[in-house]
Amino acid sequence: MISEESAEKASQSAILLRCFGYLRPHWKLVTGVYATMVLIDLIAMLNPQVLRWTIDKGIGVGDTSMLSLSVAGLLALVLVKGVLTYYEGLWTEVASQNVAYDLRNALQRKITELSFSFHDKAEAGDLLSRAIQDVERIRFLTGRAVFRIVESIFLMVITAVVMVWMSPQLGLLVIISMPLLIARSISFGRVFRPLSLEIQKQLSVLTTRVEQNLRGVRVVKTFAQEEAEIARFAIENQKWYDLSALSARLQSNNMPLLNLIADITSVAVLLYGGILVIRHALTLGELVAFTTYVAQIVTPVRYLGMVLPAITIASASAERVFEILDTAALVADQPGAPALQLQRGEVRFENVSFAYGRQVGVLKDVSFVAEPHQVVALLGATGSGKTSVVNLIPRFYNPSAGRITIDGTDIGSVSLNSLRSQIGMVLQETTLFAASIRENITFGKPDATQGEIEAAARDAQAHEFIMQMPDGYATEVGERGRTLSGGQKQRIAIARALLTDPRILILDDATSSVDSETEHLIQVALERVMHGRTTFVIAHRLSTVHSADVILVLDKGRIAARGRHAELLQSSPLYASIYHQQLKPDRE
Amino acid sequence: MGFGIGVSSSGMGPRGAMETFAEGEGKRGQVFNQRVVKRMLVYVRPFSKMMALAFVAMLAGSVLTLLAPYLLKITVDTYIIQGDLAGLVRISAWTAATFVGLYFATWAEQYLLSLVGQRMLANIRRDLFYHLQELSLSYHDTHIVGVTVSRVMNDVATINDLLSQGIITLIGDMFVLVGIIVVMLTMDLRLALLTFTVLPLMLLVTIWFSRRARVAFRETRTSVAKVVGGLAEDIAGVRVIQAFGQEDSSQENFSAVNQVNRKAIIGAMTLSFIFLPAIEFLGILATAIVLWFGGRAVVNGTVTLGVMVAFLSYVTRFFQPVQELSRMFTTLQSAMAGGEQVVNLLDTVPDVLDQPDAVELGEILGRVQFEHVSFRYRPELPEVLHDVCLDIQPGQTVALVGPTGAGKTSIGNLIARFYDASEGAVRIDGSDVRTLKQRLLHRQIGLVPQDSFLFSGTIAENIRFGRPEASDDEVQRAARLANAHEFIMAKQDGYRTRIQEGASNLSVGQRQLVCIARALLTDPRILVMDEATSNVDSVTESLIQDALRKLLHDRTAVVIAHRLSTIRGADLICVVQDGKIVEQGKHEELLALAGLYASLYQRQFAE
Repeated sequence: MISEESAEKASQSAILLRCFGYLRPHWKLVTGVYATMVLIDLIAMLNPQVLRWTIDKGIGVGDTSMLSLSVAGLLALVLVKGVLTYYEGLWTEVASQNVAYDLRNALQRKITELSFSFHDKAEAGDLLSRAIQDVERIRFLTGRAVFRIVESIFLMVITAVVMVWMSPQLGLLVIISMPLLIARSISFGRVFRPLSLEIQKQLSVLTTRVEQNLRGVRVVKTFAQEEAEIARFAIENQKWYDLSALSARLQSNNMPLLNLIADITSVAVLLYGGILVIRHALTLGELVAFTTYVAQIVTPVRYLGMVLPAITIASASAERVFEILDTAALVADQPGAPALQLQRGEVRFENVSFAYGRQVGVLKDVSFVAEPHQVVALLGATGSGKTSVVNLIPRFYNPSAGRITIDGTDIGSVSLNSLRSQIGMVLQETTLFAASIRENITFGKPDATQGEIEAAARDAQAHEFIMQMPDGYATEVGERGRTLSGGQKQRIAIARALLTDPRILILDDATSSVDSETEHLIQVALERVMHGRTTFVIAHRLSTVHSADVILVLDKGRIAARGRHAELLQSSPLYASIYHQQLKPDRE
Repeated sequence: MGFGIGVSSSGMGPRGAMETFAEGEGKRGQVFNQRVVKRMLVYVRPFSKMMALAFVAMLAGSVLTLLAPYLLKITVDTYIIQGDLAGLVRISAWTAATFVGLYFATWAEQYLLSLVGQRMLANIRRDLFYHLQELSLSYHDTHIVGVTVSRVMNDVATINDLLSQGIITLIGDMFVLVGIIVVMLTMDLRLALLTFTVLPLMLLVTIWFSRRARVAFRETRTSVAKVVGGLAEDIAGVRVIQAFGQEDSSQENFSAVNQVNRKAIIGAMTLSFIFLPAIEFLGILATAIVLWFGGRAVVNGTVTLGVMVAFLSYVTRFFQPVQELSRMFTTLQSAMAGGEQVVNLLDTVPDVLDQPDAVELGEILGRVQFEHVSFRYRPELPEVLHDVCLDIQPGQTVALVGPTGAGKTSIGNLIARFYDASEGAVRIDGSDVRTLKQRLLHRQIGLVPQDSFLFSGTIAENIRFGRPEASDDEVQRAARLANAHEFIMAKQDGYRTRIQEGASNLSVGQRQLVCIARALLTDPRILVMDEATSNVDSVTESLIQDALRKLLHDRTAVVIAHRLSTIRGADLICVVQDGKIVEQGKHEELLALAGLYASLYQRQFAE
């Protein structure tokens, strides 16, 4: 689904390498982690030796001072190990959290920079899950996962070496069981991981079913479809159960089986070791130490089985994350682009054509001039290209042919920031942020004074209702403006656009779902703000076209007619029909 | 595991530790709630045989777990030290058999428990979903969708911890713990008591940690939610951000939130990096006590070497259930809290219920009467309709007009009996709607909502929604009548086009047309329609007008009207103000009256 310019597919190892590349700035932490790991594991190797020493040299020969010494030694070792474990854990966590932090920042930066054509296709939920879940999986990979793998292998190897060194025969006996444990563990992971992902997926299907049912509860009830809905839910619920039952079967066998393998190994060790002790080829302390090593070896094997499949999953996640990071923004500043020097505010379209993606052309060979301070009304059916025309002016998209100039300068050659800061937009779908009303109004000009804010709000007919709110300008508008009515949101958006005092203004004069009183207020606000600016209006009402300096009638991406209202009414049948059918009369 | 002697920590990693202790999420519940347990036991009952088996397996497993170190003692004392080779082989075979038995016991216990657990979850979810369908709109009005979804999904999941893992594991752990204590005390009283001195320390550390972990983890939840929320806002508002050139400041804001989250997580994890080594140290302290005191006793000859080795093995095993149990405390707390929510939802009684002797409604003509109907949504809310009287003849189209909040929607809601009138009666074909079976009533009433709600799924599935058994031909016929066929066929997948979240791949007008087709397919006798107010282009508008004309034709229709054409074409116009019908009549009559209607009409529609 992601387009712009999508990157080529990279191999899994290249992707993983790139993930670990994010650890590079934190190499000191990583080095610290592995240094402490080696120390911790060496202590883990020493512990059973201390035990053996205690039994053979202390208890066995009745030397109580030796006993005290070794017990003290054991406690000291564990204390040191505890401190090391603390740092090892902390550093692993910090390093991997840094990776997540860096990745999320990079993703957010990329997402805010990618042009509208990207966001037209991208789904918010999908982007979010990449930035949250997928990044979390990469974090796990670069943190505990890879650490566990290295540690497990290291621990197994040194345990094997120590055991063979202590008693070659017994050691070999234990080593034989290791491949068995590893193979079992890996094969479990291989089956279990995809299954648990499938369960997760089915759970989200189930969640969606419940959510959809609740959102559409009125529809469900009026169509009396409760039973059909229950049946649908039951099917998905059963699917979830079947998967979960399968996973229960797998899981309930896993740990007991691993334990059994380890236990049988330790019985074998005890039997064979016991024989060796009887034959005086081994001391009792050595035997006890041995059984301890066998117990120690199960844990890393279990981790290995759990963590290895995580690599594949993390690399799939990484692919999804890098896909976005590697997407080049189609609309970007040219290197060293100068700022736009806006003098008069003349906007000129020269033979502009435009298409979204690879679709058929939305605009074809559009040319017009908007003189400074003119009001240009755009008229046409849905899909005729009105919105595309206004989206091209702030360069939300690049035209596929032709050029757009402001005061004679091609907008493609100036910096985006300087261009957009001179253009104000109030569109029909009003987006407000979860912040205070003040923060929303000052969005484009964070340093505005209270006086400026209130002046803009007054012009937008918003001051009064804002002052009626309990916290005035400090009122929180809630997620996506939830606490405000449609008309209130629209007026705040108008104030927001006014505050930046743009030279070029783009408006949509539609007022939907508001009562006539509010509608009137919005109309007054819109009319007031058009003064002294070059204004483009997507027109829905009579008064707008009556007062417009130029009306552009769009039809299937072309300008079908242009002129003033009176002329067009005579000359253009298309205009006349739209005028009569589509435009909304104003309240007098 | 085996009879290994613990000198290294086993089991959970730091994140696991965090998560097990961090449940409970604010809701400080009881550890035992009789009402919840009682209700949940109902779900266990059908599986009582399996649960009994699991219990037996658990007991067997516990006994075998206790047996293993004892066999180790015998092996060391009786055979290895005595040099009895044949005995050694014999006892090894017994030990191996014990482990095989242990394998089967734990396997059976876990399998049975999780199977029953999952089955119960599925059953509880099924019942909840069923119950949600029964609940009337007054419930849905007052509950946020996300919260209810989380009842069905998340709260139910926490119950699983209570039922499958909770009770049996609790008993199992207690059993093992008591068993170990008894065995250790019988083996050597003094050594056992000495070992137990570590216990209070371990308990203190665990309590300290679980308290802090809960707070810290709650913080990370909030901070993660802020990261998600911040990013979601940025994505939703990306066009505004770009239009105002505020990319840099939005990046600054986000990285601040991101930073707080990083800090919170590291802070929370640091706790467990302290906790795990501390617990490990205490475990080793117990081992050291056994070694030191036990070792001296062995030297003095008061304790055998085998006893000491067995003790070492028991000590390792001893702390597992202790930790398990303290963890269980928090798990139980959250399970009870979740269970309570679920039980409360299951016990919510629908406001609108079929009477026991409710009549099955046959084919109706479509006469709708309001007899002195007064209505409030909830007892504590003000009345929204006062003494409304209305008589709509079969086949009539009635337009309801009036300012926002006048009570138009409430009138529509009462016809379909989404709510019950507080006073007076609503009658369909002369029978009080409260005496009819709801579903049969609903089946004959169609509704076209203002927001044109569509489900995610294909277009065909949406049109078919009210009559799942309708054939493809019928679906197409309805779509043709609704003027939707053409735009649907223009889509790449035609009727199989999937409707995206929020129906974003259909225009507002197209959504309305699909809703009209959906209503047409069920061919209801009575239609309640809330006209959409959004702006659509002229071509679509005329398509909608035409489709509406067909939809309203030949059936009783109550339209909350916003379109002039609908109002002009209505047989009766009711002007609703402040919960009363203040004027009714035909368009011309009402204009001549020069009252509220005339002034509304002037304001909204006159040029």
